[in-house]
Amino acid sequence: MDLTFSDAEPTAAERAVIDGLLGAPDSVWTGAEQRSEQDLRVARTGRSRERRDELLPAFDAVQSAIGWISEGALMHICRQLGVPPAEAYGVATFYELLSVTEQPPRVLHVCDDVGCRGFGGTELIAGVEEHFGPEGAVVQTSDGESATWHRSPCIGQCDRAPACYAQLAGTDDAVLVETGTDEAVAVLTGSSPGGAPDVLPPQVEGMRLLRRVGVVDPTDLDAYRDAGGYAALRRAVELGPDRVIEEVKASGLRGRGGAAFPAHVKWSAVAAHAEGPRYLICNADESEPGTFKDRTIMEGDPFALIEAMTIAGFAVGAEQGYIYIRGEYPIATARLRGAMQAARTAGMLGEDVLGEGFSFDIDLRRGQGAYICGEETALMNSIEGYRGEPRSKPPFPTDVGLFGRPTVVNNVETLVNVLPILEEGGAAFARIGTDDSTGTRLFCLSGAVDTPGVYEVESGMILRDLISLAGGEPAQVSAVLLGGAAGAFVGPGDLDLPLTFEDARSAGLGLGSGVVMVFGPSADLGDATTRIARFFRDESCGQCVPCRVGTVRVEEALGRFLAAGPRANGAGTRERRLIEELDLVMKDASICGLGHTAGTAIRSALDLGLLGKSEVPA
Amino acid sequence: MSTHPVIPRRPPAPPEPPPVSLTIDGQQVDVPAGTTLLDACHRQQIDTPTLCYSDVLEPAAACRVCVVEVEGSRTLVPSCARKVEDGMVVQTNSERVRHSRRMVLELLGSSVDMSYASSEIIDWTQRYEADPDRYGEAARTVEQPAKIDNALYMRDYSRCITCYKCVDACGEQAQNTFAITVAGRGFEAGVSTEYDVALGDSACVFCGNCIAVCPTGAIMFSSEHQLREEGLWDEDVQEVTRTVCSFCGVGCNLELHVQDNRIVKVTSPQDHEVTSGHLCIKGRFGYDYVQNLPDPMTTPIDDVLAAARASGRDGGPTR
Repeated sequence: MDLTFSDAEPTAAERAVIDGLLGAPDSVWTGAEQRSEQDLRVARTGRSRERRDELLPAFDAVQSAIGWISEGALMHICRQLGVPPAEAYGVATFYELLSVTEQPPRVLHVCDDVGCRGFGGTELIAGVEEHFGPEGAVVQTSDGESATWHRSPCIGQCDRAPACYAQLAGTDDAVLVETGTDEAVAVLTGSSPGGAPDVLPPQVEGMRLLRRVGVVDPTDLDAYRDAGGYAALRRAVELGPDRVIEEVKASGLRGRGGAAFPAHVKWSAVAAHAEGPRYLICNADESEPGTFKDRTIMEGDPFALIEAMTIAGFAVGAEQGYIYIRGEYPIATARLRGAMQAARTAGMLGEDVLGEGFSFDIDLRRGQGAYICGEETALMNSIEGYRGEPRSKPPFPTDVGLFGRPTVVNNVETLVNVLPILEEGGAAFARIGTDDSTGTRLFCLSGAVDTPGVYEVESGMILRDLISLAGGEPAQVSAVLLGGAAGAFVGPGDLDLPLTFEDARSAGLGLGSGVVMVFGPSADLGDATTRIARFFRDESCGQCVPCRVGTVRVEEALGRFLAAGPRANGAGTRERRLIEELDLVMKDASICGLGHTAGTAIRSALDLGLLGKSEVPA
Repeated sequence: MSTHPVIPRRPPAPPEPPPVSLTIDGQQVDVPAGTTLLDACHRQQIDTPTLCYSDVLEPAAACRVCVVEVEGSRTLVPSCARKVEDGMVVQTNSERVRHSRRMVLELLGSSVDMSYASSEIIDWTQRYEADPDRYGEAARTVEQPAKIDNALYMRDYSRCITCYKCVDACGEQAQNTFAITVAGRGFEAGVSTEYDVALGDSACVFCGNCIAVCPTGAIMFSSEHQLREEGLWDEDVQEVTRTVCSFCGVGCNLELHVQDNRIVKVTSPQDHEVTSGHLCIKGRFGYDYVQNLPDPMTTPIDDVLAAARASGRDGGPTR
């Protein structure tokens, strides 16, 4: 490969950041300023692309330190890593949190998604707009800096709406919860660093996954061990890899990311590959609107995830794990980095874990603002330094995954369930919940309930009781968004649904990532569905036609439907039929789950008559 | 002592895997293992629409117009990318298949200027009764100004269906130049150089292999573009002459497309074993010397245009 670079040079600050991460270039061919004697004799051509996966971390470093990625910075990264500049540009422009045009060092992302907009978000945006003008406007602040703001999709703080995420170049990013306009203004003008307090999840009898959250110091490995930590890993080592997988099989554990796939099947498939390397990925890119459970675990009990991943790596024979965490989770990111470092120092991560002769380490990668990267194959492309576009399946990741190798991908909640499975045995675990939905589940209660938060309850609790548990009034429910934007609305008549995989499936629903967003009698569901349509239009990766164009057409048709009113001269019927046709092609012909589910919530709202009763199309 | 080089014997060919037996539209079909469903359909003379597919590139499986229904699969599958499996039961003309194909053609037709697309794409649009107009006049499109930043080709991304072919041909599947990429996301995703610089400032080597694979005329020879703009492009009167490129000894075959005794574009046959349809800048654009023009750098197209006008030809609406 003969790469061509432009003459654009990085600034000294950009160069320092990039070289600080990637190491100083040792040749003009990789971007060194001085030609070495060796360079006069040897041209480094045919560069290996081994370092391609450092592309996203390099962009992250520059974006975080400088506030945007200039052409000079991009060229310097590309020289260092041997990546064609056009490809790198294609990657940078894929992500919402990366900017390839100059932007102010302070950028406030104000959530206007379904979990915030009806619950204080609209008022917050009006307040911010009054102070700073329309979104995207650059404002000079009194301390000589500049700032801007944007509307944002869900940032996973729905229990503390309205929320914001502040990208602050050169200093730590911040999360703002239950945000007043004054606080948003203070962060944008530099007079407050922002920050969200730790949270104690609602205490429910029988909590297992959340029992340490808000109780045990998440930064202290000894405190974690005193609270029972690392007993599961020791038990795993006693059992050996095969029997660990047996226990997971006996537990009946299903994935908690949305697809509800039996965990042991993936583990066995990867372990069965004769040759390594094999990889383990923890999908912590929790981006489904209304979801905040994985964040709660990672912020409140980070060692639990590290331990669970170590067990999974041991069981499937992976020596390298990755945590792919969404970029809008700075607190969880810092806690996990701290926990990984402490575990490494204590010999519980790295070479020869616990002196037991096996190696396992974890690399943490930050997502940069792309919902699609929660799709497992898109996530793998993102780690590898490519655009976060899903891959065609088959082949499945258990055969051809990260870097083309067998890979287990589990989400955070799925993985931490491995701890109780080993502590008490798979059979005992399977006695909790129902036959097909074992164990407890984390549900993200938000919206019109008195005490929003993450609730850990036994699988099988009915929806009505869960809403009551969170201080909601079932009689006042007009609709519940179940499973997030990729899920579906259910109406007041569906509140007796038992919250299990099998009951949801037979009702044509999914529990998804455990979202239970409650809408009261005054909720504007036309507004909520419009936002969901915009969400998918924004978040489609753009690779396949049904999703890239279909999500745009759904948004347009829904707008016409709501504007016309369902009874107006058959217009409502026409638009509704169009939405159904679009939903069908997206479900049938899209590459990945984003397209498959992009129309379901809107269709369910139409079917339930939540947007006005219309005639059922012929 | 003789030192004849030892000529290694050709290793025996691996045994052919047994053929795969599947059912397509009720007919049992036996095809070699590793065949794609699309190839299997073609063997059965089943006309299957394709947009992002190319015989000379890996399937991107992005347009989804070639989907078929496979029994047991929750969703439809792209026939271009899916390999046959023993016992597969495939429907290529079910209601679901027809619906998805119609919708894909409609979604593209309502958002992209398809007026230079090949005649078979227009035939498919009719066959599947696609009606792009039903999305209304306010339907969002990818309309944008054409980019004309060099003498050899122009890019009009109002015509781009984002099929990835040009990017793959520029990158590791053919040219290994990596001048262009898909940038942005979602509906805004489009083909671009880094920071949208002009092609001349990018890594582009002007091989024109992106033009050769573009199915909709989003990237086009300047000569063809100018003739089309004037309504003078007329494939019916063009002669195509196959020859061998004279610039070097590789032996690339060229197809010279000649209108009014002037070369208006150069292609290479996709089934040619040397080129697979790809060329370099010399073979693709270095043809003026054969035309004996007074000023080969500037006049050939003016010449064609003048000849076409003089002939009184009206190419009619360009397509």
